[in-house]
Amino acid sequence: MSVFAFYLFAICVIVGGLFTVISRNPVHSVLWLILAFLSSAGLFVLLGAEFVAMLLVIVYVGAVAVLFLFVVMMLDVDFAELKAEMAKYMPLALLIGLVILMQFVMVFGAWDASHEAAGLRAQVTPLDRHNTEALGLILYDDYFLLFQLAGLILLVAMIGAIVLTLRHRGDVKRQDVVAQMMRDPKTAMELKDIKPGQGL
Amino acid sequence: MISADLTIILPETLLAGFALLALLWAVYSSKDKAASAMVWLTSAVFVALAGWIASTGGGTQVAFGGMFVDDGFARFAKVAILLSAAVVLAMSEGYMSARGLLRFEYPVLVALSAVGMMMMVSAGDLMALYMGLELQSLALYVVASLRRDSVKSTEAGLKYFVLGALSSGLLLYGASLVYGYAGTTLFSGIIQTAQSGHVSIGLLFGIVFLISGLAFKVSAVPFHMWTPDVYEGSPTPVTAFFATAPKVAAMALFARVLHDAFGAAISDWSQIVALLSVLSMFLGAVAAIGQSNIKRLMAFSSIAHMGYALMGLAAGTVFGVQAMLIYMAIYVTMNVGTFAFILMMEKDGQPVADISALHMYAKREPGRALAMLILLFSLSGVPPMLGFFGKFYVLRAAYDAGLAWLAVAGVVASVIGAFYYLRIVYFMYFGDDNTDGLDGGKSPVLWGVLALSAAIMVLGIGNMFGVEAAAALAAASLVN
Repeated sequence: MSVFAFYLFAICVIVGGLFTVISRNPVHSVLWLILAFLSSAGLFVLLGAEFVAMLLVIVYVGAVAVLFLFVVMMLDVDFAELKAEMAKYMPLALLIGLVILMQFVMVFGAWDASHEAAGLRAQVTPLDRHNTEALGLILYDDYFLLFQLAGLILLVAMIGAIVLTLRHRGDVKRQDVVAQMMRDPKTAMELKDIKPGQGL
Repeated sequence: MISADLTIILPETLLAGFALLALLWAVYSSKDKAASAMVWLTSAVFVALAGWIASTGGGTQVAFGGMFVDDGFARFAKVAILLSAAVVLAMSEGYMSARGLLRFEYPVLVALSAVGMMMMVSAGDLMALYMGLELQSLALYVVASLRRDSVKSTEAGLKYFVLGALSSGLLLYGASLVYGYAGTTLFSGIIQTAQSGHVSIGLLFGIVFLISGLAFKVSAVPFHMWTPDVYEGSPTPVTAFFATAPKVAAMALFARVLHDAFGAAISDWSQIVALLSVLSMFLGAVAAIGQSNIKRLMAFSSIAHMGYALMGLAAGTVFGVQAMLIYMAIYVTMNVGTFAFILMMEKDGQPVADISALHMYAKREPGRALAMLILLFSLSGVPPMLGFFGKFYVLRAAYDAGLAWLAVAGVVASVIGAFYYLRIVYFMYFGDDNTDGLDGGKSPVLWGVLALSAAIMVLGIGNMFGVEAAAALAAASLVN
């Protein structure tokens, strides 16, 4: 049963990935991408890593893919023109791709891991702990340094986005709370005594 | 355990903390008005950290279960990175503020990228390597397009980002293949698994992909395409930064991965690195001949220089690593001086990058022309200058390791490359007199850096200011 499920999900991942690349409509591409994400979540469940599977669904399908979908629909990109440009380089790209593919077939045909690899490799599912707890231990204890560095990288990304896009325009009126509070009727208003019948 | 680990990464923590505090302070207080002061402060912090790291004692310390390695090699690279970044920051202040480019985020981003570089040279794990590399590169992508109203600058940033992302992909692919073979991402674990058996084709493939990713970062041929455009498009002080500190960091990372993780497969990667080296030297030398923009010319020059530094690595020996470190130290010193000169090339307040503007420069500014002459001789490797000794070391390392053909190729490329350096000298001393020359460049900082760099090229012949011995110690701590 689980073998059947594995092949089902694996085929879905590959098909989803393939159609993400080759489908003509970019919106369809994103939908195929969502299929690939969901199927990989299924593969994680089969491995016993249900927390990662849920993360994949919530973060990647729920947030990232939907964001992609918005970007693809909002951006006015002429894909036909891009494709025409691509077509010029297609023969060369195919040639290089073919060579690399053949090399990969060679590599994976003759794949042998080192003898110690099986022992060194981390356990897929921890035996004595709950899944989420084990993940937390790895992330915050073993990979403490990497976790902090990832935080710094995200900070740089945020600073970068602000540096490159924020503009302080002089002609925009901004709210100045102190100036608003310091206003009083004497300076802000002028009273005129208009005789009846003389006004507007 | 954790407090001992934190003590070892104290310099990095302090620098990151400084960057965060500076950012907060600038946001809440004065914004861009304090940018000049922050540039100087950041520069001073770099120098102070470099002094501290240089003064801390020898020995190898490992933190976070082997992910972070603090040894003589890392310390040598960190001192070079921090000092060159400090000098480049100090040089950039005048240029950037004169053109309204000086924003308070600039020193913060440079400081964060320096943190990334320090993590890179200390990485003892494939994941730590990647994190450091990304922290460094992401900050660089942003500063490349700092002049956001210029099409060239945004193009430079975007091109750098897209190709950088591609190279990161290659690197990660290689890392996952290596993990698949070794079952661990720790360098110490990888080298043990590789030593016990023969080098399998999977591991070899992983090494090739890793080297491709790293070669992109040091802009070695055939992964150099981004370099001329990025160098030309970025603001000149940023270009000066690109050409110095990140190159040292990437080169040191290259050496660390090859020796710490794949030291058991030297004969396998040596030929790949040798090929990168010979291609870089020749392409850098030949392609620079047609350039009239001095920033593009420096881009090809840096490609060629990376070829020579890779020659030291290709030797795969302790002496090769030492030669590479000496070469990088000399290269950074020369480049800092040359870029100080380029930053002074302006006319009516506008930067000039065309080398034909240098006609008869010696007549108007004999002092600067002489300093530049020394630097150009040194860049091309003319014997009395320090640059010659850098080349001499890597050539000898390659020859001793049995790569005589590589050494011969290096000499030939050096002779070809000398043409375009000496052409600038020719322009400065014997060119036409009818072009209107450059003015400006009154900055005492730039002039000081140029003079100091040229003086080092001449005075360093005696003992290289102790760099040789330090590099020998550093190399010995890496290769064992």
